Amino acid sequence: MESSSRRRFLKVAGISALGAGSIGAKPVLNAFAATGGGHGEEKPVIKMVPNKDSLMGTRWAMVIDTRKLTSAGDLEPMIEACHKVHNVPEMENKNHEIKWIWEEEFKHAFPGKINRYIEDEAVSHKPFLVLCNHCENPPCVQACPTKATFQREDGIVMMDFHRCIGCRFCMAACPFGARSFNFRDPRPFIEEAELNKKFPTRCKGVVEKCNFCAERLAVGQMPACVEASKGAMTFGDLDDPESEVRKLIRENFTIRRKQNLGTMPSVYYIV
Amino acid sequence: MLELALKGTKRYYGWVTGLLLVAGIGVVFWLWQLQFGLGITGMSRSVSWGFYIAQFTFLVGVAAGGLMVVLPYYLHNYKAFGRITILGEFLAISALVMCLLFIMVDLGQPNRMLNVLFYPTPHSMLFWDMIVLNGYLFLNIIVGWNVLEAERNNVPPPKWLKPFIYLSIPWAVGIHTVTAYLYCGLPGRGFWMTAILAPRFLASAFAAGPAFLVLLCMLIRKVTRFDPGKEQIQTLGKIITYAIIINVFFFLCEVFVAMYSQIPEHMDHLTYLFAGLHGHDTLVPFMWAAQLLMVTAILLLINPNARKNEPVLAVACVMVFIGTWLDKGLGMISGGFVPDPLHHVIEYTPTIPELIITAGVWAVGFLVLTALFKIAIGVKEEVMGEMG
Ligand code: SF4
Ligand code: SF4
Repeated sequence: MESSSRRRFLKVAGISALGAGSIGAKPVLNAFAATGGGHGEEKPVIKMVPNKDSLMGTRWAMVIDTRKLTSAGDLEPMIEACHKVHNVPEMENKNHEIKWIWEEEFKHAFPGKINRYIEDEAVSHKPFLVLCNHCENPPCVQACPTKATFQREDGIVMMDFHRCIGCRFCMAACPFGARSFNFRDPRPFIEEAELNKKFPTRCKGVVEKCNFCAERLAVGQMPACVEASKGAMTFGDLDDPESEVRKLIRENFTIRRKQNLGTMPSVYYIV
Repeated sequence: MLELALKGTKRYYGWVTGLLLVAGIGVVFWLWQLQFGLGITGMSRSVSWGFYIAQFTFLVGVAAGGLMVVLPYYLHNYKAFGRITILGEFLAISALVMCLLFIMVDLGQPNRMLNVLFYPTPHSMLFWDMIVLNGYLFLNIIVGWNVLEAERNNVPPPKWLKPFIYLSIPWAVGIHTVTAYLYCGLPGRGFWMTAILAPRFLASAFAAGPAFLVLLCMLIRKVTRFDPGKEQIQTLGKIITYAIIINVFFFLCEVFVAMYSQIPEHMDHLTYLFAGLHGHDTLVPFMWAAQLLMVTAILLLINPNARKNEPVLAVACVMVFIGTWLDKGLGMISGGFVPDPLHHVIEYTPTIPELIITAGVWAVGFLVLTALFKIAIGVKEEVMGEMG
């Protein structure tokens, strides 16, 4: 079973690469194979081999303009876009819930910043979008005993679903509750018609989370949530002073989640 | 020597059959868990470690507790413990077997377990934990087996064994320290983020391990011809007294720091455990029971006359064992996950299948323990027979 799901995974990677044009095929495969590969692997650093359409960066980040997102309805399209494109199942049991991007009230998204006098105002029940922060200094990567959770050189914190042993150490380590565990086979909970054949489904017993749409960046597309956000979310390279994200951070007051922990989140909130 | 484990009385066979039965039922439920996934347990996205990992943590302590008989004998030349070091070592072996099994049943993809070896990752504490646990298992097997064999043949233990014995002493401290490091280095978990976690683990280990050993010694005296000795039991009693007092003291230090500083990330977990948070209070009676048991045990043990009375000592040991188990095997892990990093209070209760699998692992541990103790005592009886 394992080998067939791996084959399917590689095939999917191949298909998405084909979509990117003929030269694209090999590089994308390389990007995936670098960690999914055999036991003899030597270099833990993931060398990226771009194809001609790939969006390349050295420090990917996201800016969420919360002024533009005021109701749960405003967040719905982004959540749906992400969960659909990544085959995130809809579990009926709350304990088994899987989510990559979701909404939280201010006091849950920013637990250290509760201020009961703001609480009465519009902020208190305003929904905030939360997702994996792709921390620059990620404790989940530090905790993982198999390198199934790893950091790419562009800053994206990724999962190798084929290597994960399901110890859930990364879930204990993540201070943002960004990770979900497949407590059972998720496939029956993805609607056949909704299935995105270009992205792998997962098996039971592995951890998953937001991947900053690495598979879309590889073919020159913006992350699905950003695309669905009508300008409320911006994605770009922090190392590029001219990038849109840098501009937004320069011109607006932004906060990040639990900055005091030193994980250095790459998701910024304009408040 | 293995043959000694195979012949025994009717009662022995009955006990072994019982354990096999429990273990067998455990295996059946584990197969179900393999097929369905960990969804048959009570764990959730918020409380992602539960009963299995809690048992694991507690049993690492029991394994480390064996140190309390090995160290006085080998480092302080406390001769009386020569009689029972083997029991400490064999107890450690069976506790470690349970630890490794609990890790295994907790994995989502146990068939990929060896990935930890294929991709060694020194920055992960789990990698080190695997090394120290397996290492300690190996050390105890080597030392225990060879010392016992020498005793049987009436010769002193081989010289090459000495370095292994000395190595096993700091190693025992190591296993519980690294196990504490699994928890106390995680940035978002205020309950565990305390430098005193490893010392606290060790204190409770040095109480729980010897307490269990005392009870085993009393049992052995009853059902076999081998008497571990009055003095030995009394000395263990003193060790337990110190350890359990230190354990409670460490806990009170934690309470002070969290409650006086009133930093929510640290305080909320204790509040949840001892008073309930936002109406969630499942663990409250258990946590108070744990403290009550440990404090009562201290009151009994601290009085020399009471301690010298073996039935009283036995009661105190039961209290210490259950108290530390509730404290560590129940509160320590759940307490760290509730409230979760986003301050949602989502409680955890183990499910019936989870409890059955847990019982199965304990049964396997007791099987190993029974067989090993049977061998050790068989040898002791043989030697006694030759002398008498
Ligand atoms: S948010 Fe959590 S999962 Fe994402 S990189 Fe940071 S620690 Fe890891
Ligand atoms: S659950 Fe998987 S990704 Fe998480 S720490 Fe364990 S092996 Fe690594």
